[in-house]
Amino acid sequence: MNMSRGEPRWAVSFTLLLGLIIQVLPLPDWITVVRPSFMALVVVYWSIYAPHAGGIFAPFLAGLALDVFKGNVLGQNALAAITVAYIAMSLHQRLRNQTLVQQSLFVFAVLTLNEFIVWGIEGWSGHSAPAPWRWIQPMVGAMLWPFVALLLGRTHSRS
Amino acid sequence: MAVFGSGSSRIGGGRGPSFGVRFFCYAILSVVLMFYDRSGGWLDTARYGLQAAVYPLQLAVNSPSAAWRWLQESFATREALQKEVDTLRNQLRDQQLITMRQAALQTENATLRGLNGVLPEVIEKRLVGEVINVEVSALRQRLLVNRGGNSGVYRSQPVITGEGVIGQVFRIGPFSSEIILITDAEHALPVQVLRSGVRTIALGTGRSTALELPYVPQNYDVKVGDVLVTSGLGQVFPYGLPVARVTRVERDPAQPLAQIHAVPLAHVDSDREVLFIWERPGHPAAPATAEALAVTPPKTEATQPAAPKPKPKPATKPAAAKPADINPGTPGPEAASPATPNPEKPVPETPPPAAPDPGPSTTEAPAT
Repeated sequence: MNMSRGEPRWAVSFTLLLGLIIQVLPLPDWITVVRPSFMALVVVYWSIYAPHAGGIFAPFLAGLALDVFKGNVLGQNALAAITVAYIAMSLHQRLRNQTLVQQSLFVFAVLTLNEFIVWGIEGWSGHSAPAPWRWIQPMVGAMLWPFVALLLGRTHSRS
Repeated sequence: MAVFGSGSSRIGGGRGPSFGVRFFCYAILSVVLMFYDRSGGWLDTARYGLQAAVYPLQLAVNSPSAAWRWLQESFATREALQKEVDTLRNQLRDQQLITMRQAALQTENATLRGLNGVLPEVIEKRLVGEVINVEVSALRQRLLVNRGGNSGVYRSQPVITGEGVIGQVFRIGPFSSEIILITDAEHALPVQVLRSGVRTIALGTGRSTALELPYVPQNYDVKVGDVLVTSGLGQVFPYGLPVARVTRVERDPAQPLAQIHAVPLAHVDSDREVLFIWERPGHPAAPATAEALAVTPPKTEATQPAAPKPKPKPATKPAAAKPADINPGTPGPEAASPATPNPEKPVPETPPPAAPDPGPSTTEAPAT
């Protein structure tokens, strides 16, 4: 804590909360089917640009909050979020050298993984309705990534 | 937040456990949480508190649509309001016509059943709740309602609207409760065809306008337009609440079972208000309780502690009850069909499609 020199902790907490809210905001049906996991996008961003600000703990907490909020099995989104965070953190130095558009590919991959984990746990815990649209969501998320990243970039000073 | 972000500048290096180790620990923690949450137990208590913690957030998230509705309502034109008043007035008149003879019919029913007095209504108490959030997706059909444990709402409490059954309480917090709709793909509801008395189970489909009845044999009497009511089995819903209307019956001679589709009478995705109901314990139409169903040899004394309030006193010997006798102490005679939120695949229930009467009759009464 004391050694955090300008780590954007508040920005991390605030934007994660915002991502959570956007993700659960009641919207028209046609939007909700393609709405990507905004929380995962925020998690990816902070894992790349400020891996020490939130660490693994912040994504875990945010995922847990999402689970409680949506009434899912506790730990479902938390597991997905920390997996995404971990992968992004391990590759963050390479990713920082890429352009936002190049990063989109990576974002697509991890969002798909995120969705896959959630889907798998849903299947395990007994929800097994087919929802083919959910595989579109990572693609939408990847397309939105440059904008999200630019917006989030304004919340802290990039080193 | 972010207590664990250490000051080291390189991932995996420096002091403290590396990200990999931390990731591993949290992953294990999530998996443990999932297992415990699945099996219930102490996590339920934790969730009760967590529900309260996220409740303000849920309210906040819902506030834009609530504000929009409020705005719409406040700027409703006089004509629109007048129109609504007219509709409501018409509805009221129709309802009055329907209920006009109810008192007479109740007395008549009591006489037919050989009772000394009229049974009170099965619904003892009700509570109006306001819908905060609606989630209708293929995976989950849920409502969030602004009543919870503090208002006396309990788990698997029946929830209805003016039109019919809407669902049951799935999870409660102190100030809010989550309701699983009858159309949720995980929900199964024991129902009965009002006209013919056929009992079966209505499964949710994940679409808010459709129910399925997959366990009805080919030759059973179900027609398009039939009204389905709750059968009083399954320990949750009292007997006789309207549920759905049959919209399609497919009989394929090659299949042993007919495929029947129904549409819920309640508008599960658009209703803004719901009713929590408390049924009168021991009432013949009340859902059979678990302990009552578990009774092995029927005892001679008037049965449960949560015993009958209705006027007719329970017969002292329930087992020897005459066919026409009503015994409020002994609840619905059949074995419980699956308690609803557990998606066990239910066995097709095939009782004789004769008696819509939920009261015990001698043929079905537990053997002495």
